[in-house]
Amino acid sequence: MENNNISRRDFLKDVGIGTVALGAAAAGCSPKGSRKDDSQAGKMELRTNPATGDKVSLLGYGCMRWRMKRDENGRQVIDQDNVNELVDYAMAHGVNYYDTSPAYLQGQSEEAAGIALSRYPRKDYYIATKLSNFGVFSREGTQEMYYKSFEQLRTDYFDYYLLHAIGRGGIPAFNERYVDNDIMSFLLAEREAGRIRQLGFSFHGMQSDFDDLMKLYDKYHWDFVQIEMNYMDWKHADPRQNTNAAYLYEELDKREIPITVMEPLLGGRLARVPENVSNLMKTRDPDATVASWAFRFVGSHPRVLTALSGMTYMENLVENVNTFSDFKPMNEEELEFMDQLAGLMAEYPMINCNNCQYCMPCPYGVDIPGIFMHYNSIVTEGKMPLNKEQREFRKLRRNYLTTYSKAIESLRQADHCIGCHQCIEHCPQSISIPEELQRIDQYIEKLKQDTL
Amino acid sequence: MLRKIRIILAAVFFIAITVMFLDPTGSIYKCFGWTAKLQFLPAVLGLNLIVIIITVIAALLFGRVYCSVICPLGVLQDIISNISGRRKGKKNRFTSSKEIKWLRYGVWALFVAAIIFGVQAFVSILAPYSAYGRIINAMKHPALPTVIVAAVTLVVIAVLAWRNGRTYCNTICPVGTTLSFFSRFAMFRPVIDTEKCKDCKVCEKRCKASCIDIAEHKVDYTRCVACFNCIDNCKFDAVHYRFAWGKCGKKTVAAPAADDTADTGRRAFMTGAALAIGAAALKAQEVPKRDGGFAEILPKVNPERTELLTPFGSKSVKDFYSRCTACQLCVSQCPNNVLKPSTDLMHFMQPYMTYTDGYCRPECTICSQVCPAGAIEPLTKEEKTSFHIGVAVLDRRLCVAHTDHIDCGNCARHCPTGAITMVTHHEGLPLIPTVDEAKCIGCGACENLCPARPVSAIYVNGLSVHRQD
Repeated sequence: MENNNISRRDFLKDVGIGTVALGAAAAGCSPKGSRKDDSQAGKMELRTNPATGDKVSLLGYGCMRWRMKRDENGRQVIDQDNVNELVDYAMAHGVNYYDTSPAYLQGQSEEAAGIALSRYPRKDYYIATKLSNFGVFSREGTQEMYYKSFEQLRTDYFDYYLLHAIGRGGIPAFNERYVDNDIMSFLLAEREAGRIRQLGFSFHGMQSDFDDLMKLYDKYHWDFVQIEMNYMDWKHADPRQNTNAAYLYEELDKREIPITVMEPLLGGRLARVPENVSNLMKTRDPDATVASWAFRFVGSHPRVLTALSGMTYMENLVENVNTFSDFKPMNEEELEFMDQLAGLMAEYPMINCNNCQYCMPCPYGVDIPGIFMHYNSIVTEGKMPLNKEQREFRKLRRNYLTTYSKAIESLRQADHCIGCHQCIEHCPQSISIPEELQRIDQYIEKLKQDTL
Repeated sequence: MLRKIRIILAAVFFIAITVMFLDPTGSIYKCFGWTAKLQFLPAVLGLNLIVIIITVIAALLFGRVYCSVICPLGVLQDIISNISGRRKGKKNRFTSSKEIKWLRYGVWALFVAAIIFGVQAFVSILAPYSAYGRIINAMKHPALPTVIVAAVTLVVIAVLAWRNGRTYCNTICPVGTTLSFFSRFAMFRPVIDTEKCKDCKVCEKRCKASCIDIAEHKVDYTRCVACFNCIDNCKFDAVHYRFAWGKCGKKTVAAPAADDTADTGRRAFMTGAALAIGAAALKAQEVPKRDGGFAEILPKVNPERTELLTPFGSKSVKDFYSRCTACQLCVSQCPNNVLKPSTDLMHFMQPYMTYTDGYCRPECTICSQVCPAGAIEPLTKEEKTSFHIGVAVLDRRLCVAHTDHIDCGNCARHCPTGAITMVTHHEGLPLIPTVDEAKCIGCGACENLCPARPVSAIYVNGLSVHRQD
């Protein structure tokens, strides 16, 4: 399938038909996958995993942010047709790494990925999934989760298997999930048997937590590690909760451990930056999209095997495929420029939320990421009402309140957070969710009562 | 000419009132609020003497112009009747008829009795402006009972208007009958010039009130709504609106009375149900964590309050329900979904106050600004916090401190008057809220934001007479 598409494209190019005609042809007669062929000409950048020889696409598909729709029973389900269409396009353009988890998208991500990918030969793509045994510590329960992933993904081996989100809570937390129940030795045996080709972990936590996990390298021989890396987290991670990606990268590079990257775009936050930052980007290169800077930054580091992007819309996918095809790594000077931008961005009082939805569902119904997203978008747009003396204060106040009530239904607003703290342990960013929600709630209360 | 002036004025009132009801912004009432304040029955029940006097004087001077211009239900009937008259051959479709006295005065007498004895449902159903308000509000906030009542009203009105013009106004409408007592003596009225009249009967056939009798050359001024159709349509210039002084009339006054007590029936059952649901949810098991989505949140049910809540500015439950004419303008304007139409027979279609979907926010005084009946008297934000409309009470068994062992305090955090303090109840257990009755104003922030569902652990009982500091 992939070959067919590529050869057809090459053929058309060779014959010298322009992009316009190509687009028309694609729209007119191609069944799927090549809807926007006109957008791309070059080859997807591939990185080689030295241990296996895997040729992995530098753009990986994060299966965490697909669109959900309501079925006839009002239940939220993944829009499978949409997923198939996206995966078709991705496969046709050389994206061959798909990262999912049993927890993603209310537990539906693996199955949706399985349905979409199983339409292609198994050797044409790499599957990464995780042992997301949150709230499940027993050996039986954990193994059940492991075996279920095979079923969901319609496969008999995983290319990349990750211990999901470890680091926080240090070694005791790690032991509780993987050692005390003897799962770690089980997984090592599975790797031996070839059902797990590469075993690694995804990391969230402080520097000391990471060091502790690295100390286990001799014991477990981590094949790869997944870290949160982008130009903001490179040097501006909150040291009370997270670790600078620069440090993580260096430590892994030293040990020659391949790195898979999550949150290269911070859940879309780096695609929508404050005006002064985007102005600098556009001045430097009027044609480059805001998001492409973030992706190129990540891709410019050679130890990175793949950068995962949770592409919800076809437009995201097309744009990212463009960025990673005929990939141009950043030079020293450009990396320096990104460092400057990060410094500017760090000035904005954003909440570190990447809309990963791990905190959801809140048992009391609060739309935690929705509230944070709204808040961040107001900050990014520079539309935060501060006090009555501010220029256009009334307009900003009205804007804040109306956009808030439109974005979040009243039952799910911040004033319904009762401070039960159940969300805290799920947040990979260690955001003090209840405190932040209550801070926003108090601020909104002042806005409403007009006592700011 | 007179007819055109009447139509323009009627359009202004009709559009203003309709737009105000439908307004989603909550600000149009500032421009158009006066159109509601001029409504006669709300003014009578609110003892708004200025409006009563203006209306009566207008009726004594010009006849029932009120019915043709100010009353939105009257104008609605004109619109329907007009459309009916555009059908082929239906232009001159009315015939002179006699007043149906027994029905007209019978309904009026019952209506006055209903006001005196507090049979609000009867009053609300017949009140013309309120009936119109309910029709519009049912479109804005559709709920089954309100839609049924509004639909029935609309169908009855539409059928009567389609067939016979102003039948409702001249046989049933208590406001029309009341005004007829004055309009019969109106100074200015349409008079038929017998010398010029050729007995062509066009005026009679065009009279939607069916009040012109050409055989006798008489007009029944108790039923004439001063629409001036007869004048504009007379080819012989035989009908004139002119000075014709009569005698003085009488006046009606309403004495309000109502009784409000709520029984405490369902409460025990609902509490039990809530406890059972809470206990079931509490049982924790080894369930894999799934990311995303929303937890299902049970809708809140209105608790059985020992006394009803009525809005800030209504002074007492009795005052509120005896003055309210159930126009539902406050319901349509309430931005916090606190006011809803009641289906209780004692207060049928009048609003009741509930904190299931929101609470009475401290900065909002819209209902008090729009109420045309004085059932909710105008307040400023500052005055609002000096009133006490209810007192919060706690059902400890439902509090999440008790059911889930969670340190919640959401009620205390959101109480605008700081009336709630969290205290230790049992050593080692989370704090529970306590209410300072003197400080609590009854706004319902605690009840609405209480995580206990479907019945809030903390809820507000109304005060039969509101207290002011």
